[in-house]
Amino acid sequence: MQLDSKVPGGPIQDKWDKHRFDLKLVNPANKRKYKVIVVGTGLGGGAAAASLAELGYNVLNFCIQDSPRRAHSIAAQGGINAAKNYQNDGDSIWRLFYDTVKGGDFRARESNVYRLAQVSTEIIDQCVAQGVPFAREYGGLLDNRSFGGAQVSRTFYARGQTGQQLLLGAYASLSRQIAAGKVKMFSRREMLDVVTVDERARGIVVRNLVTGEIEKYAADAVVLATGGYGNVFFLSTNAMASNVTATYRAYKKGACFANPCFTQIHPTCIPVHGDYQSKLTLMSESLRNDGRVWVPREPGDKRPPNEIPESERDYYLERKYPSFGNLVPRDVASRNAKEQCDQGKGVGETGYAVYLDFADAIERDGKAVIEKKYGNLFQMYEKITAQNPYEVPMMIYPAVHYTMGGLWVDYNLMSTVPGMYVLGEANFSDHGANRLGASALMQGLADGYFVIPYTIGDFLATAGTNDVTADHPAFTESEDAVKAQATKLLSINGKRTVDDFHKELGHIMWEYCGMARNAEGLRKAQGLIQKLRAEFWENVLVPGEEKDLNQSLERAGRVADFLEFGELMVIDALHREESCGGHFREEYQTEENEAKRDDENFCYVAAWEYKGDDEAPVLNKEPLEFENVKLTQRSYK
Amino acid sequence: MTKTINLTLKVWRQKNAGDKGKFETCQARNISTDMSFLEMLDVVNEGLTVDGKEPIAFDHDCREGICGMCGTVVNGRAHGPEKGTTLCQLHMRHFDDGDTIAIEPWRARAFKVLKDLVVDRSALDGIIQAGGYISVNAGGAQDANNLPVPQDKADKAMDAAQCIGCGACVASCPNASAMLFAGAKISHLALLPQGRPEAAKRAWAMVKAMDALGFGNCTNERECEAECPKEISIVNIARMNREYYKAGFFSGEKN
Repeated sequence: MQLDSKVPGGPIQDKWDKHRFDLKLVNPANKRKYKVIVVGTGLGGGAAAASLAELGYNVLNFCIQDSPRRAHSIAAQGGINAAKNYQNDGDSIWRLFYDTVKGGDFRARESNVYRLAQVSTEIIDQCVAQGVPFAREYGGLLDNRSFGGAQVSRTFYARGQTGQQLLLGAYASLSRQIAAGKVKMFSRREMLDVVTVDERARGIVVRNLVTGEIEKYAADAVVLATGGYGNVFFLSTNAMASNVTATYRAYKKGACFANPCFTQIHPTCIPVHGDYQSKLTLMSESLRNDGRVWVPREPGDKRPPNEIPESERDYYLERKYPSFGNLVPRDVASRNAKEQCDQGKGVGETGYAVYLDFADAIERDGKAVIEKKYGNLFQMYEKITAQNPYEVPMMIYPAVHYTMGGLWVDYNLMSTVPGMYVLGEANFSDHGANRLGASALMQGLADGYFVIPYTIGDFLATAGTNDVTADHPAFTESEDAVKAQATKLLSINGKRTVDDFHKELGHIMWEYCGMARNAEGLRKAQGLIQKLRAEFWENVLVPGEEKDLNQSLERAGRVADFLEFGELMVIDALHREESCGGHFREEYQTEENEAKRDDENFCYVAAWEYKGDDEAPVLNKEPLEFENVKLTQRSYK
Repeated sequence: MTKTINLTLKVWRQKNAGDKGKFETCQARNISTDMSFLEMLDVVNEGLTVDGKEPIAFDHDCREGICGMCGTVVNGRAHGPEKGTTLCQLHMRHFDDGDTIAIEPWRARAFKVLKDLVVDRSALDGIIQAGGYISVNAGGAQDANNLPVPQDKADKAMDAAQCIGCGACVASCPNASAMLFAGAKISHLALLPQGRPEAAKRAWAMVKAMDALGFGNCTNERECEAECPKEISIVNIARMNREYYKAGFFSGEKN
């Protein structure tokens, strides 16, 4: 397949303006003739559904939860970046662009990142107009903070609940359009297939999670904003329902899956404590602004933290990276935590934790200041661990958090299936091999409010309305396949539960395709996944009925896809014989144990194309060209 | 310290919206006190599945207290005994070995039980759709700093905006009223200058929607405030009432 990124020519700062002028428009009176399906109601999907409806399109919007307000964007804590330069500290569109490309370890598409930085400022304007209660200074102007790996204060926040407030802003706009009749909302629906006819996306097939009925919907274009696949690891900071099914089934219908091995392990999460654990809780990385990370200097030191004198502590991030200290990017912080624990310096019951200590900050600024900044995070930590972080240091450990990989899209955010667009975490485009803090919210809203409303019009104006209805044989075929899978899952009646399989898959992924990877481990993982997948289809136990609210059946379908997708991740990780960002191949590191890129051979997007269940996926390459940012070895010393 | 406890659960089981439903008893054994309440239910469900029974259906998603998806009545209290806590953030260390725990769904006229502990809360979305927004389209906003908001106002708006829409206020109110939910949204927007142009219209429409959707009225029981996992104050109900009266007397919205 020939990948055409459709990046416009000209200087980078003019590309988006020029492109917007070149895009065809749909006449205002004609917009009501078009129907667009949006799957997902997070920052990407919710913003897209609302904005497209505001323009006059008829939108069918689907979500897996009982209400569009609950999409997982809601859990983002720290903040959203924008190149406003309100703090007069040297920020600019150019700097946000540069930081994002560098932070992504030079594996993102320059033009997309530049556009992201450009529209970032409009996002803040839009959100404030919607009534998002961002933090303010005494004078009433917006407050900012510096955030994970940035040397300027460009992050806007609403206490520790920024994602919630931004999502509720998008949800409010969406609610307004639902009331106006421009958006028809379908909640408690799970997308199980995309229907294509003559190489164009024509609609989707969903399961009604209350009745178990399979429903078919046709439209003129399909927008997927279905989030990331972090739950392939079973334990992650993702919500329980987050899954790969929508994007994976789109992949099986012809959409290339790009860089699936680029997963982000977040450094500040509450450590794992038992087999029964269902998810990991993130503690916002903003905590690293005031908390100091340390471990005991000597391996095996089991004294309580307050009994370890200053001289016997190792503030390893401050020691190794004097200019960035505790604020190094996520991948660097995570890998270093693992390295310390592997040397036997980990703390807590399991030895898989490091301290994040606020004692100095409390002494410097007073408890009241720290409480104002992080009160709700400290409270959350205490609820979960029964320890008071004002008195004893927090314990943290890295956990899977975000997936930079996703469906391949061109500059218009269209996948390799014409008429199918992919937004937010579900696509691959903006974060390269590592995402910087406070950039996910920015990307979701940029895609939803300010990119898709322009680019989808060009497609609709060119391709016209879709003459294929939901009665078309292609829909029926897809419906039958979806039903057959459910029937099959329920009939196996084996011995092991769905979660049991999911946990085992998670262990394999974490062990061999997690924070550090090597060829031998990845080959082993591939075999283990294939074996587990074969066992799943022989021995899974799914109770209940098909036409009913059946949460076991829902999970079974998702795990079935994770069992295939996990292998694709491993294949991608194995083929990428370099280290970059979150993808750390042990064979490829510098003498100082930093990720060592191979720009000569791997400066490309790996877009995998599905060829059939028994065929190996085909690798398509989109070369990455860096005309504006010089390729350098990242250094945070 | 981590330890394990054994519990007896009396769980509401109901096949579907049409079924009458009843309490059934099951055992939860070897429950680590570090587990969350939902992880305890996961363990029970794994056991039920292996025993060839149908697991208990319950809503949940983020499991970090922010999505508002989870929530059941535990021993008569919405989200259980801990103050300011969603069910997913309630840990088993707050229970004792040998306890019997009654678990039932939210009960309110406006919330239909769909299965076991799962209820339909779409009526809350209906209240927001009636006016819980500021009417701005994407694209036309002025620079964000052109509109200063005093810090105390922004803080109060944020206090109200924290609502996670879980429905605990409705479930704990003897009248199944959604006044705290609606009051929080009306307050959030009324406190901000951006929200003022539509304040009267919003208050009027949202209160009307509340009635139409089958929610009851407020009789100052304050159960909602006591059980709200985000500890939203009933001051927000008072503010909603002010906005509503103002709308009724002075704005012409009544017509």
